[in-house]
Amino acid sequence: MSVAPVEIERTESESAPFQVPDPDVPWVTIVHNDPVNLMSYVVYVFQTYFGYPKEKARQLMLDVHHKGRATVSSGTREEMERDVQAMHGFGLWATLQHDK
Amino acid sequence: MTGLFKRAHGGGAQLTLDPVEASILRSLMVQMLELIGPGPGEDAPEDPLAALFAEGPTKPPADPALARLFPDAYGEGPEAAEHSSEFRRYTENDLRARKRDDAFAVVRAIDAAEEDRKGRPVVRLDAEGCRRALGALNDLRLTLGTRLDVSEDDDSLYALPDEDPRKPMVMAYLWLGGLQESLLETMV
Repeated sequence: MSVAPVEIERTESESAPFQVPDPDVPWVTIVHNDPVNLMSYVVYVFQTYFGYPKEKARQLMLDVHHKGRATVSSGTREEMERDVQAMHGFGLWATLQHDK
Repeated sequence: MTGLFKRAHGGGAQLTLDPVEASILRSLMVQMLELIGPGPGEDAPEDPLAALFAEGPTKPPADPALARLFPDAYGEGPEAAEHSSEFRRYTENDLRARKRDDAFAVVRAIDAAEEDRKGRPVVRLDAEGCRRALGALNDLRLTLGTRLDVSEDDDSLYALPDEDPRKPMVMAYLWLGGLQESLLETMV
């Protein structure tokens, strides 16, 4: 694989100064199950885009498959918009939302 | 067996098809290109600055297959619909361009294929071509899968009688799955 399996610590430093501060409630990217995408392809996407190790990528794929959805990343709203856009680029069904 | 990707000598992947398969794959990619629609330059203003600031659509596509390729970005929350609409306005054109480029790359690779000694076209992809083809095959499967209403709980599609009008599309859908899986195997 081309990307080292590193998870980058997300920070809130990009938040605009006048936004309501809400550092304890990050945004999350959720990938939803769909009947078309191949399991191997979903693992590939999680490995190549997020740089997750194969085992973690595989576990996330299984969570999506069995539970219908899985949280695949968390961070600022801007970061999650980037991740969702990338997932749509790969053809995965993804959404972002405020974590609960 | 023809019709599966293999690792190519010197990197990338190659796919030996028979001429009918090559023509089917090309025609499916072209149909998807028509579905995704023309890019900037075909119906957009000539001015590159205007194109740069052109805004995309704010509503999900009405066609279910396109709606699957370009889904809403915000799932839950008080203003999910407004946020999805805003996000779509700034991202959908880029996303359409990417999917179009990927499908075009496959069409060009098929057109550039040289024939082997048996007269079968050999489609060759470099590393970048592999990534594009992987995406385009996935988009095509999403498109056909939506048209066929594929579901995990119901595999009756795979046991259709020969006279069922959906049968050819199901065969294509399954074949594309095999292609995509074999391409992925050459990449990991």
